[in-house]
Amino acid sequence: MKKYLLAVQFDESAPWPQEEELQAQMARTDEVTAEMRQAGSWVFVGGLLASHATTVVRPGNGTTTVTDGPFAETKEQLGGFWVIQCDDLDQALAWAEKCALACGSPIEVRPFVDAQWG
Amino acid sequence: MDLDGIYRAEYGRCVATLTRLLGDIGLAEEAVQDAFAVAVQKWDEPPPNPGGWIVTTARNRAIDRLRRESTREARHAQALLLHQADEPQEVGPVRDDQLRMIFTCCHPALSPLARTALTLRLLGGLEVAEIARAYLVPETAVFQRIVRAKKKIRDAGIPYRVPDAADLPDRLASVLTVLYLVFNEGYTSTSGQLLRTDLCLEAVRLARELAGLMPDEPEAIGLLGLLLLTEARRPARVGPSGELVVLAEQDRSLWNRELIAEGHELVRRCLRRNQPGPYQLQAAINAVHTDGPATDWPQVLALYDQLLHHAPTPIVALNRAVAVAEVHGPAIALAAVDELDLPGYHLLPATRADLLTRLGRTAEAVAAYDEAIALAANDTERTFLQARRARLTTDD
Repeated sequence: MKKYLLAVQFDESAPWPQEEELQAQMARTDEVTAEMRQAGSWVFVGGLLASHATTVVRPGNGTTTVTDGPFAETKEQLGGFWVIQCDDLDQALAWAEKCALACGSPIEVRPFVDAQWG
Repeated sequence: MDLDGIYRAEYGRCVATLTRLLGDIGLAEEAVQDAFAVAVQKWDEPPPNPGGWIVTTARNRAIDRLRRESTREARHAQALLLHQADEPQEVGPVRDDQLRMIFTCCHPALSPLARTALTLRLLGGLEVAEIARAYLVPETAVFQRIVRAKKKIRDAGIPYRVPDAADLPDRLASVLTVLYLVFNEGYTSTSGQLLRTDLCLEAVRLARELAGLMPDEPEAIGLLGLLLLTEARRPARVGPSGELVVLAEQDRSLWNRELIAEGHELVRRCLRRNQPGPYQLQAAINAVHTDGPATDWPQVLALYDQLLHHAPTPIVALNRAVAVAEVHGPAIALAAVDELDLPGYHLLPATRADLLTRLGRTAEAVAAYDEAIALAANDTERTFLQARRARLTTDD
């Protein structure tokens, strides 16, 4: 089994959806998560607050500096993520399709470093 | 057959089978190359089943090599090989493996350019240098593209299998697109370079393999029909001094009768199935073009109407307009062309120029030819358009 990160690319510059649509999105997303659990593919899920609540801690010269905001001030920010386990990329992409349709945002699919043979 | 011929015919098949046995494309390629190096030393003449010999030798060489190495890939591959230890030793390339390889190479998670390069390298057995020359790009660029793609296949876990029924239509479409683009790349460059012709022949060969592997997929049959009927006209498409000859002016005695007969038979097979798709319809259009002494334009137009329904793109609409001109006259066709938006595509102004010429609107035709000449990417097409434009200005 391989592990994949399904990261939600959330566009913070887009207008916030209506309350009703937001509830529907969350319900659809919960459904996909439930389906993942049932299939034995689910490892972790988490939704994230927007970048206004983000802080970066940077190392340098043996010490650290703390700054407000995300790594980069871009429109797309990490909005939440799933960690899943499955046999191959095709299965991961099948979940990513469901996630994208449920939450209405693009999903980036990244494999984890494979520890099995390391 | 000489060793070069065997290499070209068997390389892809052997790598596909070794990829299943070893679980890694890179290891499979090394093993197959090792085996061919052994063949150069050992063969006075080729054995009766050269593919079987290469696969067995490659497998044995791979086992030796893996025993010497202790990387994690080597341990993984060794585990796979041990797993299959009870398999019969004397096996040749397996046809299903090639089908798996086609779907892996044309996976939508790879960039379109990587799909083409991988398909030509791993299925066609073309060398990196040959691919680079055919696409007029530096060798290092092709090499890096292939290395990156193979790394992604391994790291991202792109599977080595034929997709599920649910995914098959989309995934097959991606495979057909790659083969179609390989053919087109060879066909649209009319500079007469041998290697470009190689691309056409390679696309035909792979399309033939695919149609043989998936005889129940009408679009795979349709693509083969389309490529054969297009390839059949290639000898008549370029004149004695390298100039482009349009369909209406081609010497039909130069067409390849055998390929046309085969293409027509494939189109009839598709018609009997009656599950039309874009490649089958394009094959049918080309069957009409190659049937009898002249094109039956009303039939071509009817097929374009269907094609536009299946693939509503401006390029299909532009080609349909050419048939409209033949059936309903240039004025109606021009109105259809003027509704299209195809920025940067030289065949739009070229088609307008031809229609304007037929309508006697010479000044506008000259302007449209100028626009087309400025956009044309290929010398042969540019020369063709310049000659057409020259006819207009000398007639004045």
